[in-house]
Amino acid sequence: MSDRTADAAIVLEDVRRSFRTGRRSVEALAGVSARAARAQITGLVGPDGAGKTTLMRLIAGLLRPDAGRIEVLGLDVARNPLGVQSRLGYMPQRFGLYEDLTVRENLELYADLQGLSPGGRAARYAELMRMTGLEPFLSRRAGRLSGGMKQKLGLACTLVNPPQLLLLDEPTVGVDPVSRRELWQIIEHLVRDARATVLFSTAYLDEAERCDQVLLIHEGRLLGSGPPEHFTAAMKGRSFIATAPIGRRALQERLARTPGVLDTVIQGGRVRVVTTGDSPGRQGIAAAVPDLTLTPIAPRFEDGFVARLRARGPDGSAALAAPASSGSAPTGEPAEASAGREAIIRVSEVTRRFGEFTAVDQVSFEVQRGEVFGLLGANGAGKSTTFRMLCGLLPPTEGELRVAGFDLRTAAAVARRRIGYMAQRFSLYGDLTVSQNLRFFSSVYGLSGPQQRRRIEWAGGEFSLGALAEAKAGELPLGFKQRLALACALMHEPEILFLDEPTSGVDPLARREFWRRINALAGQGVTVLVTTHFMEEAEYCDRLLIMAQGRVLTEGTPDAIKAAARGPERPDPTLEDAFIAAIGAAGAPEAA
Amino acid sequence: MWRRVLALLVKELLAVLADPHGRWLLIGPPLIQLVVFGYAASFDLNHVPIAIYNQDRSQPSRSLVARFAGSPTFTVEALLSSGRRVNELIDSRRVEAVVVIDRRFTRDLYRHVPAPVQVIVDGRNSNTGLLIEGYAGAILTDFSLAWSRAHGGARPPAVLDARALYNQTLDSHWFIIPGIIALLTQVETLLVVGLTVARERELGTFDQLLVTPLRPLDILLGKGLPGLLVGLTEASVIIAATVLWFHVPLRGSLAALYLGLLLFVLAVTGIGLAISALSATQQQALLGAFLFLVPSIILSGFATPIANMPRWVQELTLVNPMRYVLVIVRSVFLRGSGVAALLSQLWPMALIGLATLTAAGWLFRKRVT
Amino acid sequence: MRASPRRLLGLMRKEFLQIRRDPSALAIAFVLPALLLLVFGYGVSLDARHVPIALVVPSPDAFTTSFTGQLYGSPYFEPRSFRSIQRAERALAARQVQGVVWLQSDFTRRAESVGDAPIGVFVDGVDANTARIIEGYLRQVWANWLASLARSRGQPPTLVLAEQPRMRFNAEVSSHDYLVPGLIAVIMTLTGALLTALVIAREWERGTMEALMVTPVRVTEILLAKLAPYFALGMGGMLVSVGLAVFLFGVPLHGSFLVLTGCSALFMLAALGMGLLISSAAHTQFAAGQIAIVTTFLPAFILSGFVFDIHSMPLAIRLITHLIAARYFVTLLQSQFLAGDIRSVIVPNAAALALMAVVFLALARARARKRLD
Repeated sequence: MSDRTADAAIVLEDVRRSFRTGRRSVEALAGVSARAARAQITGLVGPDGAGKTTLMRLIAGLLRPDAGRIEVLGLDVARNPLGVQSRLGYMPQRFGLYEDLTVRENLELYADLQGLSPGGRAARYAELMRMTGLEPFLSRRAGRLSGGMKQKLGLACTLVNPPQLLLLDEPTVGVDPVSRRELWQIIEHLVRDARATVLFSTAYLDEAERCDQVLLIHEGRLLGSGPPEHFTAAMKGRSFIATAPIGRRALQERLARTPGVLDTVIQGGRVRVVTTGDSPGRQGIAAAVPDLTLTPIAPRFEDGFVARLRARGPDGSAALAAPASSGSAPTGEPAEASAGREAIIRVSEVTRRFGEFTAVDQVSFEVQRGEVFGLLGANGAGKSTTFRMLCGLLPPTEGELRVAGFDLRTAAAVARRRIGYMAQRFSLYGDLTVSQNLRFFSSVYGLSGPQQRRRIEWAGGEFSLGALAEAKAGELPLGFKQRLALACALMHEPEILFLDEPTSGVDPLARREFWRRINALAGQGVTVLVTTHFMEEAEYCDRLLIMAQGRVLTEGTPDAIKAAARGPERPDPTLEDAFIAAIGAAGAPEAA
Repeated sequence: MWRRVLALLVKELLAVLADPHGRWLLIGPPLIQLVVFGYAASFDLNHVPIAIYNQDRSQPSRSLVARFAGSPTFTVEALLSSGRRVNELIDSRRVEAVVVIDRRFTRDLYRHVPAPVQVIVDGRNSNTGLLIEGYAGAILTDFSLAWSRAHGGARPPAVLDARALYNQTLDSHWFIIPGIIALLTQVETLLVVGLTVARERELGTFDQLLVTPLRPLDILLGKGLPGLLVGLTEASVIIAATVLWFHVPLRGSLAALYLGLLLFVLAVTGIGLAISALSATQQQALLGAFLFLVPSIILSGFATPIANMPRWVQELTLVNPMRYVLVIVRSVFLRGSGVAALLSQLWPMALIGLATLTAAGWLFRKRVT
Repeated sequence: MRASPRRLLGLMRKEFLQIRRDPSALAIAFVLPALLLLVFGYGVSLDARHVPIALVVPSPDAFTTSFTGQLYGSPYFEPRSFRSIQRAERALAARQVQGVVWLQSDFTRRAESVGDAPIGVFVDGVDANTARIIEGYLRQVWANWLASLARSRGQPPTLVLAEQPRMRFNAEVSSHDYLVPGLIAVIMTLTGALLTALVIAREWERGTMEALMVTPVRVTEILLAKLAPYFALGMGGMLVSVGLAVFLFGVPLHGSFLVLTGCSALFMLAALGMGLLISSAAHTQFAAGQIAIVTTFLPAFILSGFVFDIHSMPLAIRLITHLIAARYFVTLLQSQFLAGDIRSVIVPNAAALALMAVVFLALARARARKRLD
């Protein structure tokens, strides 16, 4: 082997792997060649379904490649999987904690399995518990931990016997920003102090910037590799923050249609713009919108990814299917732009208890018609409970919830006719076809006859689902699943739309397309309520509510929340910074 | 409301049929059970291995041996020449019975003294043992009567003239196979209805359903009706197989049969919906279904008569819907009964169905929404 | 990588802790067996006693009474007198009686003159098994009657053969005594095959199997760690069942307890092998449960000779029963309880169980791989 491979912890040479599902064969990895250096964090970055998990499993020796070679720590994985497995730590996406076992028992089990000698255990446990902050919960059953704590325990179990190579498969999925930051601190500490090699897979593009090296994969192919700066270098001087006195959604709409603009994203009250490299430049764009102010900002990893995706052209990629023109109105009724001052959701003094435990404590807030409203909070803060009460899935213990003017206690079924709901996990009937799902959901919302036919046709056209009408919903690519879910939620033209972390894991272009639709709906007077851990989604909201320990912590526009966190050490805080600061100020969220 | 329920019903049926597991559940186990029960589950005795120890070895005793050898019930595995192996053959389960013909057999016959014939039966399966005794006894009696007649002995003052009604040849398949109609209808209905909510909960689609304007009653109907349809379809297929493949005669009125099955499926659907409402995971639902199915099948008279059970257990079976439907199915098939003759079985099932459906509705309202 | 006792012990401790804390495992291991035993012990009996029969004797006299008296005296029958044959037939059709015995009005005259007077017997043939047993009992009553008639009149016997039936091992002819021991095979199948297959499938579903596989643990260790606790659980279930059978249901245990335990252990290994084999094919609890019920539980019930006589099954099914471990175990159980230690039963059946245990465990080991594909 050449000395180039000697310093690489992982060497992949033209790795291919496909899976059969039913009659179809799906190519999960279509020839990936890459390497990961020792004592560094290598990020395996890509949207869901890109092939990240398959690659992780191949490296761990749990799968065999159809073709190609994988070398881990100088060992050929195909020939010596046990040798590799004794040197690495692997944390699968849903880490296999034994939920009936306590934190300590889980640690003991993995210590036994990793062959840790009894002598060194006490010290190692103490260190891991200090690192993860799980010390107070040693005798709690793993099943009773919050999502963030489970991930930390999973990490601790993987680290019981310090591995030379650590494989982490999406450890930050479903984890709130506070726990996410803590996980990252543990990992960075590990690389710095213990000189471990880490392969970290994630669908969150902002995490790529924390890695030393990035492997960007998309649809089973390597789209690029190198340090994160390598991806942003080409974007230098092309990213701006735009403001104009016409409202952020209108501004984004306008900019998106301007030639020379590669990408637009709403960030609080402003719009983030990325220009194409060969564009007429800043002046050309400025001319498109009157009174436009463009402030140059540093490019970020996502810009590089979007540029690469757009460069591949509109063919082939599901993500690039034309987004709906904003002209085709999803709702029939004309919207009043000024309909902002009418509270369509009213939550007054709502409390919800589960036995002894108070999940939501005296929460009050209002959402105005046509508003995009975000509900944020750490794991276990009570936001899911609040969200479920608003959807009518859970009755409150005390207090009143009025949705579209109806009290959910007495008129839940009537109120539900006015709302649309899209769950975080794909929750349509996977065994039914696209058209069967559309027909079912439109029927249960009371649509029939020509009206129903018209709406099904509308969904087929608006969401480009027509060609897939007879495909099974469960076999659709992620982006299409998400479109179908939204279409089903919109069949009955609801006044209020509930979204639960709607774009987690989808690629950036699909996310943009999704939010453009949501913005268009809001423009027509549909009220949108979003709950998410994902700060980029929060940026799209008009107003945010942050919860902690069952109570409302703060409420306001994204810009106002960011402004509140501004300080000498953080002159320009991100929303994530602001979120963490707000939670931190309220005390450790997971000590509850 | 009916349009919504219909939409839910169509969706349920599509989902059950589109899901490979669901399809297998509807086709695989019933088919296997039909074949296994249909062919293997029988109390009739054929080819029972026996041995004969003939100490007499004269012409009359040989003709008795020939009667045993000629019977389709028995297969003579061994003709013993000494008594040493008699017990050993039974103990090792090589044969299920040994017929011992006494040394004095011929002499006694001619002296008009009853000639002793011992029938030693393996009692480790006492039902089989009892039946073997019965078959062997019949052969001995026939021999006796024939012997007396041929040798000028006294005629018996009276003879048994036994006939079986409804099932002349006493073929126990005719008993078991119609029972399978009830058994499989119950199992399939319960599995389809009992797992449906748990499956949606696990897939995450149940929340999606709950945020629609469907009311608890709509969901109850939408989840219950597919069970009803599946149960009755399943029953029809097995009825067809019973008549066309297993050639069990269907003598009574189809209307009575279907009325009975309808009430039965309604009662079972109520139980399935209650299990559905109570269980959060499919595993719990499966366990719940199992815990109901086993006692309900055992205590129904499916394989063993209720009349043989202790008094208090017999009273317990009064709440078991399968008890009644078994009588209905068997009566319609073999006795040729109509609705009027079966009223005593129909009304308890209607009552049980009313109770289980009401309970399911209450549980749905309380637990599901 | 060598096998490590520490890893094995760690895994086993985990299994024990999980069993202790998982209500559904405990339900399958203890509640279900107890339920089955109680339901079977009390609910299942093939012994017909006090069978209601209709008696139609239009012109009773001393002669007919000599016959019907035998019926009234028999513990098997509960005769009820009917005035006409039509009424008796209606009662039969309405399932109020299970048989009709009819002595026509010229019965005595014919019997005393020419003989061969018919005793009309109609049995309800719907439940063929019970009907057969009733017919058998009636024949005995008749034969006894003939013998006592001849004796009282000082005539030679009408039936020239004296039938001397002898039930070996189960003199009381109680179907409990063979059904309850046989049930132990069904119960151990539940813990051995069904529970084990479900538990491993759950590890697949929850992702814990994937996490285990990337540790240095060896496949053999994973399998052994599953075997040991569920072996213990199954044997525990066996002890409870034997205890209930002997002390609650009064089934005699003639054979040695040691041999019984040894054979149970062999059967348990075979059942566990089946469970492991199933779990290597089915990675969801749903599929594992379905396969386990169809391939182990159902055959243990129907094809093991537990209720239905194997000799009387069609040849094809008879051949299949040889592949079913429960068949050998049921034979052993019934024999061990009712007959005692019989070498010629123990040796071949135990050998068959041992062979099946080895084959299933070896197959399970060969099929288990430390990979996800």
